[in-house]
Amino acid sequence: MLDTDEHWFDDAAGRLIRPYTVSNGRTEPTTRMELLSMVIATGRRPQGQLGPEHAQALGLCDSFTTVAEVAARLRLPAVVTKILLSDLVDWGVVDTRAPDPMADSTNLTVLEAILDALERRI
Amino acid sequence: MPLNDGSDGFPSALKLLIAGGFGVGKTTFVGAVSEIEPLHTEELLTTASVGTDRLTGVEGKSTTTVAMDFGRITISQQHVLYLFGTPGQERFWFMWDELSSGAMGAVVLADTRRLEDCFPAVDFFESRGIGFLVAVNEFDTTCRYEPDDVRSALDLKPDTPIVLCDARDQRSATGVLIGLMQHLLAQQACR
Repeated sequence: MLDTDEHWFDDAAGRLIRPYTVSNGRTEPTTRMELLSMVIATGRRPQGQLGPEHAQALGLCDSFTTVAEVAARLRLPAVVTKILLSDLVDWGVVDTRAPDPMADSTNLTVLEAILDALERRI
Repeated sequence: MPLNDGSDGFPSALKLLIAGGFGVGKTTFVGAVSEIEPLHTEELLTTASVGTDRLTGVEGKSTTTVAMDFGRITISQQHVLYLFGTPGQERFWFMWDELSSGAMGAVVLADTRRLEDCFPAVDFFESRGIGFLVAVNEFDTTCRYEPDDVRSALDLKPDTPIVLCDARDQRSATGVLIGLMQHLLAQQACR
Protein backbone atom coordinates (compact mmCIF):
# COMPACT_ATOMS: atom_id res chain seq x y z
CA MET A 1 0.00 0.00 0.00
CA LEU A 2 0.94 3.60 -0.33
CA ASP A 3 2.09 4.18 3.22
CA THR A 4 3.84 7.46 2.53
CA ASP A 5 0.67 8.76 0.97
CA GLU A 6 -1.82 7.75 3.58
CA HIS A 7 -2.17 11.10 5.26
CA TRP A 8 -3.30 12.49 1.90
CA PHE A 9 -6.14 10.00 1.68
CA ASP A 10 -9.33 9.83 3.68
CA ASP A 11 -11.48 6.71 3.36
CA ALA A 12 -14.70 8.72 3.28
CA ALA A 13 -13.60 11.81 1.42
CA GLY A 14 -11.05 10.21 -0.92
CA ARG A 15 -7.94 12.09 -1.98
CA LEU A 16 -7.43 15.25 0.02
CA ILE A 17 -5.85 17.13 -2.86
CA ARG A 18 -7.55 17.95 -6.13
CA PRO A 19 -6.69 15.33 -8.76
CA TYR A 20 -5.36 17.74 -11.36
CA THR A 21 -2.96 19.25 -8.83
CA VAL A 22 -0.65 16.28 -9.34
CA SER A 23 -0.64 16.89 -13.08
CA ASN A 24 0.10 20.60 -12.71
CA GLY A 25 -3.34 21.42 -14.02
CA ARG A 26 -2.78 19.56 -17.31
CA THR A 27 -5.75 17.57 -18.57
CA GLU A 28 -4.26 15.83 -21.62
CA PRO A 29 -1.52 13.20 -21.61
CA THR A 30 1.31 13.68 -24.13
CA THR A 31 1.07 10.01 -25.16
CA ARG A 32 -2.37 8.64 -26.00
CA MET A 33 -3.17 5.89 -23.52
CA GLU A 34 -6.10 3.61 -22.91
CA LEU A 35 -7.25 1.95 -19.70
CA LEU A 36 -5.79 -1.33 -20.92
CA SER A 37 -2.54 0.02 -22.34
CA MET A 38 0.37 -1.96 -20.90
CA VAL A 39 3.14 -0.14 -19.08
CA ILE A 40 6.49 -1.24 -17.65
CA ALA A 41 9.54 0.50 -16.24
CA THR A 42 12.43 0.56 -18.70
CA GLY A 43 15.00 0.30 -15.92
CA ARG A 44 16.53 3.63 -16.90
CA ARG A 45 17.09 5.97 -14.00
CA PRO A 46 15.13 9.19 -14.10
CA GLN A 47 17.18 12.34 -14.59
CA GLY A 48 16.57 14.51 -11.58
CA GLN A 49 14.18 14.00 -8.71
CA LEU A 50 10.69 12.68 -9.46
CA GLY A 51 7.71 14.19 -7.66
CA PRO A 52 5.94 11.86 -5.21
CA GLU A 53 3.09 10.91 -7.57
CA HIS A 54 5.44 10.26 -10.48
CA ALA A 55 7.67 8.19 -8.19
CA GLN A 56 4.68 6.18 -6.95
CA ALA A 57 3.48 5.58 -10.50
CA LEU A 58 6.94 4.45 -11.58
CA GLY A 59 7.14 2.14 -8.56
CA LEU A 60 3.94 0.42 -9.71
CA CYS A 61 5.48 -0.35 -13.12
CA ASP A 62 8.17 -2.78 -11.89
CA SER A 63 6.40 -5.58 -13.75
CA PHE A 64 3.93 -5.43 -16.63
CA THR A 65 0.73 -3.73 -15.59
CA THR A 66 -2.05 -1.62 -17.10
CA VAL A 67 -3.02 2.03 -16.86
CA ALA A 68 -6.22 0.92 -15.09
CA GLU A 69 -4.30 -0.92 -12.36
CA VAL A 70 -1.88 1.95 -11.80
CA ALA A 71 -4.84 4.36 -11.54
CA ALA A 72 -6.63 2.13 -9.04
CA ARG A 73 -3.54 1.68 -6.88
CA LEU A 74 -2.73 5.42 -6.96
CA ARG A 75 -6.41 6.12 -6.21
CA LEU A 76 -6.38 8.71 -8.96
CA PRO A 77 -8.80 9.11 -11.89
CA ALA A 78 -7.58 7.30 -15.00
CA VAL A 79 -7.23 10.56 -16.92
CA VAL A 80 -4.78 11.98 -14.35
CA THR A 81 -2.88 8.69 -14.18
CA LYS A 82 -2.44 8.78 -17.96
CA ILE A 83 -0.81 12.20 -17.65
CA LEU A 84 1.63 10.96 -14.99
CA LEU A 85 2.47 7.84 -16.99
CA SER A 86 2.89 9.77 -20.25
CA ASP A 87 5.39 12.04 -18.46
CA LEU A 88 7.31 8.92 -17.41
CA VAL A 89 7.21 7.71 -21.04
CA ASP A 90 8.54 11.11 -22.20
CA TRP A 91 11.37 10.83 -19.69
CA GLY A 92 12.28 7.36 -20.95
CA VAL A 93 11.66 5.56 -17.67
CA VAL A 94 8.43 3.80 -18.70
CA ASP A 95 7.53 2.03 -21.94
CA THR A 96 3.95 1.44 -23.10
CA ARG A 97 1.92 -0.49 -25.69
CA ALA A 98 -1.70 0.05 -26.70
CA PRO A 99 -4.01 -3.01 -26.57
CA ASP A 100 -3.59 -5.40 -29.49
CA PRO A 101 -6.38 -4.61 -31.98
CA MET A 102 -6.13 -8.17 -33.35
CA ALA A 103 -7.04 -9.70 -29.98
CA ASP A 104 -10.79 -9.57 -30.55
CA SER A 105 -13.63 -12.05 -30.48
CA THR A 106 -12.82 -13.30 -33.99
CA ASN A 107 -9.37 -14.47 -32.90
CA LEU A 108 -9.78 -18.22 -32.32
CA THR A 109 -6.30 -18.66 -30.88
CA VAL A 110 -6.95 -16.06 -28.20
CA LEU A 111 -10.45 -17.41 -27.41
CA GLU A 112 -9.07 -20.92 -26.99
CA ALA A 113 -6.22 -19.70 -24.80
CA ILE A 114 -8.73 -17.99 -22.50
CA LEU A 115 -10.97 -21.06 -22.42
CA ASP A 116 -8.02 -23.32 -21.52
CA ALA A 117 -6.86 -20.99 -18.76
CA LEU A 118 -10.36 -20.73 -17.28
CA GLU A 119 -10.86 -24.50 -17.32
CA ARG A 120 -7.61 -24.93 -15.40
CA ARG A 121 -8.98 -22.65 -12.67
CA ILE A 122 -11.91 -24.93 -11.85
CA MET B 1 2.12 4.83 -29.22
CA PRO B 2 3.35 1.49 -30.57
CA LEU B 3 0.70 -1.19 -30.79
CA ASN B 4 0.97 -4.35 -28.80
CA ASP B 5 1.19 -7.26 -31.21
CA GLY B 6 3.07 -9.48 -28.78
CA SER B 7 6.28 -9.39 -30.82
CA ASP B 8 8.30 -7.47 -28.22
CA GLY B 9 7.44 -9.34 -25.04
CA PHE B 10 4.62 -7.08 -23.88
CA PRO B 11 1.60 -9.10 -22.75
CA SER B 12 -1.70 -8.04 -24.28
CA ALA B 13 -4.63 -7.02 -22.10
CA LEU B 14 -8.01 -8.45 -23.12
CA LYS B 15 -11.37 -7.13 -21.95
CA LEU B 16 -14.63 -8.76 -20.93
CA LEU B 17 -17.59 -6.76 -19.65
CA ILE B 18 -19.79 -7.78 -16.74
CA ALA B 19 -23.07 -5.90 -17.20
CA GLY B 20 -26.47 -5.82 -15.53
CA GLY B 21 -28.58 -3.63 -13.31
CA PHE B 22 -27.57 -1.88 -10.11
CA GLY B 23 -27.01 -4.28 -7.21
CA VAL B 24 -27.23 -7.44 -9.30
CA GLY B 25 -23.81 -8.66 -8.14
CA LYS B 26 -21.39 -7.46 -10.83
CA THR B 27 -18.58 -6.59 -8.42
CA THR B 28 -19.25 -9.78 -6.46
CA PHE B 29 -18.91 -11.75 -9.70
CA VAL B 30 -15.68 -9.94 -10.62
CA GLY B 31 -14.32 -10.58 -7.14
CA ALA B 32 -15.15 -14.30 -7.33
CA VAL B 33 -13.20 -14.90 -10.53
CA SER B 34 -10.41 -12.32 -10.20
CA GLU B 35 -6.93 -13.28 -8.98
CA ILE B 36 -6.73 -9.88 -7.24
CA GLU B 37 -9.19 -8.04 -5.03
CA PRO B 38 -11.48 -6.03 -7.32
CA LEU B 39 -9.95 -2.64 -8.08
CA HIS B 40 -11.78 0.62 -8.58
CA THR B 41 -11.06 3.49 -10.91
CA GLU B 42 -12.78 6.41 -12.51
CA GLU B 43 -12.58 7.22 -16.18
CA LEU B 44 -13.68 10.30 -18.03
CA LEU B 45 -15.97 9.10 -20.81
CA THR B 46 -17.35 10.99 -23.76
CA THR B 47 -21.11 11.08 -24.09
CA ALA B 48 -23.11 12.21 -27.05
CA SER B 49 -25.75 14.62 -25.79
CA VAL B 50 -29.11 12.93 -25.70
CA GLY B 51 -32.71 13.62 -24.85
CA THR B 52 -33.41 16.84 -23.01
CA ASP B 53 -29.90 18.16 -23.54
CA ARG B 54 -30.99 19.28 -26.98
CA LEU B 55 -33.39 21.81 -25.46
CA THR B 56 -30.45 23.75 -24.12
CA GLY B 57 -29.19 24.31 -27.64
CA VAL B 58 -25.85 22.79 -26.73
CA GLU B 59 -25.15 20.11 -29.30
CA GLY B 60 -22.20 17.78 -29.41
CA LYS B 61 -20.43 15.86 -26.75
CA SER B 62 -19.83 16.13 -23.06
CA THR B 63 -17.70 14.14 -20.68
CA THR B 64 -18.75 12.39 -17.51
CA THR B 65 -16.75 10.61 -14.87
CA VAL B 66 -17.79 6.97 -14.64
CA ALA B 67 -16.74 4.69 -11.80
CA MET B 68 -15.74 1.14 -12.65
CA ASP B 69 -14.72 -1.95 -10.72
CA PHE B 70 -12.48 -4.46 -12.40
CA GLY B 71 -10.53 -7.63 -11.81
CA ARG B 72 -7.82 -9.61 -13.55
CA ILE B 73 -7.10 -13.20 -14.64
CA THR B 74 -3.66 -14.02 -16.05
CA ILE B 75 -4.17 -16.27 -19.08
CA SER B 76 -0.56 -16.78 -20.14
CA GLN B 77 2.65 -14.83 -20.55
CA GLN B 78 1.09 -13.30 -23.65
CA HIS B 79 -2.41 -12.50 -22.43
CA VAL B 80 -4.02 -10.97 -19.37
CA LEU B 81 -7.80 -10.91 -19.10
CA TYR B 82 -9.50 -7.94 -17.45
CA LEU B 83 -13.13 -8.05 -16.32
CA PHE B 84 -14.84 -4.70 -16.11
CA GLY B 85 -18.11 -4.26 -14.29
CA THR B 86 -20.13 -1.72 -16.22
CA PRO B 87 -21.61 1.19 -14.27
CA GLY B 88 -24.90 -0.07 -12.88
CA GLN B 89 -26.89 3.13 -13.00
CA GLU B 90 -29.21 2.84 -15.95
CA ARG B 91 -28.74 6.45 -17.00
CA PHE B 92 -25.15 5.62 -17.83
CA TRP B 93 -25.90 2.80 -20.25
CA PHE B 94 -25.49 4.94 -23.36
CA MET B 95 -21.87 5.55 -22.38
CA TRP B 96 -20.90 1.96 -22.85
CA ASP B 97 -19.80 2.66 -26.40
CA GLU B 98 -16.38 3.76 -25.16
CA LEU B 99 -16.34 1.19 -22.38
CA SER B 100 -17.19 -1.61 -24.76
CA SER B 101 -14.60 -0.68 -27.35
CA GLY B 102 -12.30 -3.64 -27.75
CA ALA B 103 -14.37 -5.94 -25.53
CA MET B 104 -14.20 -9.60 -26.57
CA GLY B 105 -17.58 -10.39 -25.06
CA ALA B 106 -19.90 -9.77 -22.16
CA VAL B 107 -21.81 -11.40 -19.33
CA VAL B 108 -25.22 -9.90 -18.58
CA LEU B 109 -26.01 -10.69 -14.96
CA ALA B 110 -29.72 -10.93 -14.26
CA ASP B 111 -31.76 -10.94 -11.07
CA THR B 112 -35.12 -12.59 -11.72
CA ARG B 113 -36.79 -10.17 -9.27
CA ARG B 114 -35.76 -7.27 -11.51
CA LEU B 115 -35.28 -8.77 -14.96
CA GLU B 116 -36.12 -5.46 -16.63
CA ASP B 117 -32.86 -4.02 -15.24
CA CYS B 118 -30.85 -5.95 -17.80
CA PHE B 119 -32.90 -4.89 -20.86
CA PRO B 120 -30.56 -1.97 -21.68
CA ALA B 121 -27.49 -4.23 -21.57
CA VAL B 122 -29.13 -6.90 -23.75
CA ASP B 123 -30.24 -4.26 -26.27
CA PHE B 124 -26.83 -2.66 -26.30
CA PHE B 125 -24.80 -5.83 -26.88
CA GLU B 126 -27.26 -7.11 -29.51
CA SER B 127 -27.12 -3.82 -31.43
CA ARG B 128 -23.32 -3.64 -31.30
CA GLY B 129 -22.83 -7.29 -32.24
CA ILE B 130 -20.90 -8.04 -29.05
CA GLY B 131 -21.23 -11.72 -28.11
CA PHE B 132 -22.81 -12.22 -24.70
CA LEU B 133 -24.64 -14.64 -22.49
CA VAL B 134 -27.16 -14.08 -19.72
CA ALA B 135 -26.23 -15.41 -16.29
CA VAL B 136 -29.08 -15.54 -13.79
CA ASN B 137 -27.60 -14.81 -10.38
CA GLU B 138 -29.52 -17.04 -7.99
CA PHE B 139 -29.89 -15.13 -4.77
CA ASP B 140 -30.98 -17.19 -1.78
CA THR B 141 -34.44 -15.68 -1.73
CA THR B 142 -34.98 -15.76 -5.45
CA CYS B 143 -37.84 -17.76 -6.88
CA ARG B 144 -36.35 -20.25 -9.30
CA TYR B 145 -37.23 -19.71 -12.93
CA GLU B 146 -36.62 -21.96 -15.84
CA PRO B 147 -34.09 -20.56 -18.32
CA ASP B 148 -36.76 -20.67 -21.03
CA ASP B 149 -38.96 -18.36 -18.97
CA VAL B 150 -36.09 -15.90 -18.68
CA ARG B 151 -35.40 -16.21 -22.40
CA SER B 152 -38.93 -15.30 -23.37
CA ALA B 153 -39.12 -12.51 -20.78
CA LEU B 154 -35.95 -10.95 -22.19
CA ASP B 155 -36.91 -11.77 -25.80
CA LEU B 156 -33.44 -13.22 -26.35
CA LYS B 157 -32.28 -14.62 -29.65
CA PRO B 158 -32.37 -18.45 -29.71
CA ASP B 159 -28.58 -18.76 -29.83
CA THR B 160 -27.91 -16.52 -26.81
CA PRO B 161 -27.06 -18.85 -23.92
CA ILE B 162 -28.70 -18.54 -20.51
CA VAL B 163 -26.99 -20.06 -17.49
CA LEU B 164 -27.69 -20.07 -13.77
CA CYS B 165 -24.94 -19.04 -11.39
CA ASP B 166 -23.97 -18.04 -7.90
CA ALA B 167 -21.93 -14.86 -8.40
CA ARG B 168 -20.24 -15.37 -5.01
CA ASP B 169 -18.83 -18.74 -5.95
CA GLN B 170 -15.51 -18.96 -7.79
CA ARG B 171 -16.32 -22.22 -9.61
CA SER B 172 -19.79 -21.09 -10.56
CA ALA B 173 -18.68 -17.67 -11.81
CA THR B 174 -15.70 -19.14 -13.67
CA GLY B 175 -18.14 -21.60 -15.26
CA VAL B 176 -20.10 -18.63 -16.61
CA LEU B 177 -16.95 -17.26 -18.27
CA ILE B 178 -16.22 -20.70 -19.74
CA GLY B 179 -19.75 -20.73 -21.15
CA LEU B 180 -19.15 -17.30 -22.68
CA MET B 181 -15.90 -18.44 -24.32
CA GLN B 182 -17.63 -21.55 -25.72
CA HIS B 183 -20.39 -19.31 -27.09
CA LEU B 184 -17.89 -16.93 -28.73
CA LEU B 185 -16.04 -19.90 -30.26
CA ALA B 186 -19.32 -21.38 -31.53
CA GLN B 187 -20.22 -18.03 -33.10
CA GLN B 188 -16.92 -18.07 -34.99
CA ALA B 189 -17.52 -21.63 -36.16
CA CYS B 190 -20.85 -20.49 -37.69
CA ARG B 191 -19.24 -17.77 -39.78
